[in-house]
Amino acid sequence: MAFLTDRKRAVGWGAAKSGTEHFWAMKKSSVALLVLIPFFVFTFGSVLGSSFEEVQAYYARPFPAIIAALTLIVGFKHFNDGFQTLIEDYVHGIWEKVLILGMTCISYGAAAIGVFAIAKMAL
Amino acid sequence: MADVNRGNRPLSPHLQVYRPQLNSVTSILTRITGNALIVAALMIVWWLLAASTGEDYFAVANGFVTSWFGDLVMFLSLWALWYHTLAGIRHLIWDEAKMLELEKAEPLGWAVVIGSVVLTVFSVVVLW
Repeated sequence: MAFLTDRKRAVGWGAAKSGTEHFWAMKKSSVALLVLIPFFVFTFGSVLGSSFEEVQAYYARPFPAIIAALTLIVGFKHFNDGFQTLIEDYVHGIWEKVLILGMTCISYGAAAIGVFAIAKMAL
Repeated sequence: MADVNRGNRPLSPHLQVYRPQLNSVTSILTRITGNALIVAALMIVWWLLAASTGEDYFAVANGFVTSWFGDLVMFLSLWALWYHTLAGIRHLIWDEAKMLELEKAEPLGWAVVIGSVVLTVFSVVVLW
């Protein structure tokens, strides 16, 4: 203990029980999405409405496949972090935990399904 | 804290008693668009899964996603996505403690609203 600074001992023990991790996570994913979203809109948008064979061929190409996979991973993480804030603002008690837990399952599950589907078409 | 009167105290002004302003409306819309995008996101994941599974399943998912209802959801979500993206840029600017003054924040809010419509029209025209 004697080797810890006062600051080090105080970190994480404020009223919020945590520091700026959530804020920083949102900031990182938002900057990443700023790059990914325009690419995703114009790659996914151009293939939506195509035939089965065209879609398969399109996602066999590396660029659209990697953009789609990254957008789903970062996007669902960003969504889940944002949804957590929404719930923390309006719902309290047991439902607060249930809803955050449930949406975390949906977010990571959907991201995994999407990445699996893209990998299957790409490889 | 033992003798504090916990009931019947005046609350700080909240949504119901506030006159809507550009900054409050654009802020609320940021939250609504961000969370509503889950609908389109799950539809896209379903569409991708179907496309990777087989022709018959793809016909089902693609039929729904490109139906008039699917088109409507995708069109509204495209606007929501551009709106949320521009509102996110505004947050990144505000995080640097820049453009927080009313006379700068006001045009910034309009830039987000108008920019989202322009980007939506632009991407629909390009992708049609």
